[in-house]
Amino acid sequence: MALVQIENVSKIYQTGDIEIAALSDINLSIEKSAFVSFVGPSGSGKTTMLNMIGCLDKPTHGKILVDGKQVDSFNRQKRAAFRGDVIGFIFQSFNLFPVLTAYENIEYPLVMIKDEPAEKRKEMILTVLDSVGMLNQKDKFPDQLSGGQKQRIAVARALVTQPKLVMADEPTANLDKTSSINVIRLMRDMKDKFGTTFIFSTHDPRIMEEAEITHTLVDGKLS
Amino acid sequence: MIRIFKIALRNLLRYKRRTILTSLLITLGIVLVILFSGLAGSFKTMMIGQITDSNLSQMQIHKKGYVSSIDTMPLNLTLDTKRYKKIEDLLSSHSEIKAWAPRIKLNAMLSNFTDTTNIRLNAISPEKEVLVCPDVGSRMTFDEKRDPGILLNPGEVIIPEKLAKGMKLKIGDPIVLVANNKDGSVNGLNFQVAGIIESILGPQGKEGYMHIKDAQELLRMDNPEMIEVAIRLHDFDKLEKVYAVLSSKLAKFINKKGMPEFEIHTWDQLSPFSNIAKMIDFMTITMKIIMIAIVLISILNVMMMSVYERVREIGTMSAIGTSPSRIMGLFLAEGLLLGLISSIVGNIIGLSGIFVLNIYKISFAFGRQDNLLLAPTVNITELLWVSGIVLLISVFASLQPAYKASRMEPVDALGHV
Ligand SMILES: Nc1ncnc2c1ncn2[C@@H]1O[C@H](COP(=O)(O)OP(=O)(O)O)[C@@H](O)[C@H]1O
Ligand SMILES: [Mg+2]
Repeated sequence: MALVQIENVSKIYQTGDIEIAALSDINLSIEKSAFVSFVGPSGSGKTTMLNMIGCLDKPTHGKILVDGKQVDSFNRQKRAAFRGDVIGFIFQSFNLFPVLTAYENIEYPLVMIKDEPAEKRKEMILTVLDSVGMLNQKDKFPDQLSGGQKQRIAVARALVTQPKLVMADEPTANLDKTSSINVIRLMRDMKDKFGTTFIFSTHDPRIMEEAEITHTLVDGKLS
Repeated sequence: MIRIFKIALRNLLRYKRRTILTSLLITLGIVLVILFSGLAGSFKTMMIGQITDSNLSQMQIHKKGYVSSIDTMPLNLTLDTKRYKKIEDLLSSHSEIKAWAPRIKLNAMLSNFTDTTNIRLNAISPEKEVLVCPDVGSRMTFDEKRDPGILLNPGEVIIPEKLAKGMKLKIGDPIVLVANNKDGSVNGLNFQVAGIIESILGPQGKEGYMHIKDAQELLRMDNPEMIEVAIRLHDFDKLEKVYAVLSSKLAKFINKKGMPEFEIHTWDQLSPFSNIAKMIDFMTITMKIIMIAIVLISILNVMMMSVYERVREIGTMSAIGTSPSRIMGLFLAEGLLLGLISSIVGNIIGLSGIFVLNIYKISFAFGRQDNLLLAPTVNITELLWVSGIVLLISVFASLQPAYKASRMEPVDALGHV
């Protein structure tokens, strides 16, 4: 069975009298260990799409199954727990916690979400830190790191809980050309290494080339 | 848990100036409360001690109706031997009671053989009186050659200093005391001035002293009678409790008309200083309310700002799966920690302040007494209470902001591009 299954999904935003269909009637499935990108111009519905799959938001119509669970029926609490268990997140502006070191940022989900025992934690963190090539930077605070380095730590934070799925909404939008390519290739390496499914969005043509499967959105519709 | 507090502490240190300013404000509130209640409390304790230990005693029993007409010092509301025996039996059966002493209060005319004046007298049984009012002798001056162990012999009076000055009386001078007894017949006896007594606050503060046997003779009592029984407890803090027990037991003594025979009062019902004591308590409570308001407003303000500034961080926490209750816990921990740090610093500064005040004792004048030394004290329960309240209010003030943080939708908090 596919890891993500989307059936007749629409998302309609209501602002005053105006209704905006950010997504209309989407049908799609994504297999395990896929490396998928959503592309399209600004306002085409990429973020909305990723929010639906990432269980951050609910669709107006339709059904979404992630890892066999019908997530659109979950309440707030359940969605939060499900995200912590199954999904990792990488953000456009890195969103590392500024008061925590690189190491502690990666440790955060293990302590605050997963309650992993201390002995196990250290090994898990050092493994991902090594995989993203940031072992020697582990005690720095986010503001002591470059954009590319921050995003590597963010990738490590998303992977440390061994999620089935990692969502990344425009992960390279705040990075220069070289860093962007490096981060995307890092993500692909991680997919190969851990078998994690990656779903990301971009409007950068050079980044699109790195994806194995590309879905194009135009005005909330797949084309 | 430790992790939550570690993160909370880092977040507090992130806005150093704001945290320090807020913490200082709370600290100031706590220091003020500690210093004020220490000073006011020791002032109150000292004044109560002055009044109860040197003059009034802690509790008094009279014949029913005496206290309401105390200004005229009536001589018809007496306790005869039989009734006094009943009271003694009752008091001796209570282990909390340390001592009691009989007294007669009377008005008399004092003459130095040229002039005459009015005097209020407290007629006491000296051996018993010193057990009930251990400091009774502290305000008295005697002849240097006199044995300091002797308070008062029959045939002697101790007169207030103002009266001594006005009547030009010195220690050793002879005087005559003339008094009406309850039947209206007049009697006079010769006495010697044995000592001079300083005045103290309250109507009872300007009394002279004489021996109870002399008073009974002067008032021509065929059988010994007394006006009041003064009582002292082992532990002053049990006053209310013992008072309640004694008054319910005394209420069982009924006279022939079916009315209660006795009445009992604690010091505060007999002295105008109790109003000052109440005022001090009221001011202490006011200080505490002000402190609570300071803590509440400043923590609420800081925590609201914290949540507002960290919306995106909250969104990130929530997005990656932190449960709402954990997010709430994080912000509550931050408020609690701010209160905790402030109250530790506040306690240290407050205690040091009390310590310093104890080194440089504050001297002040009260009534006709000057050179009273205030040595402020704090009790540990009071400190724990104040700190406990500060912590509680800190958490309470953080509740709303923390709840708000925990309810944020990650999609909104992360912000749409
Ligand atoms: N919270 C919202 N309220 C109203 N309209 C929204 C909201 N979020 C997105 N939209 C609208 O939905 C459409 C798709 O937006 P989005 O998914 O952010 O596109 P993209 O990420 O591709 O730029 C846009 O027209 C946008 O204005
Ligand atoms: Mg977007």
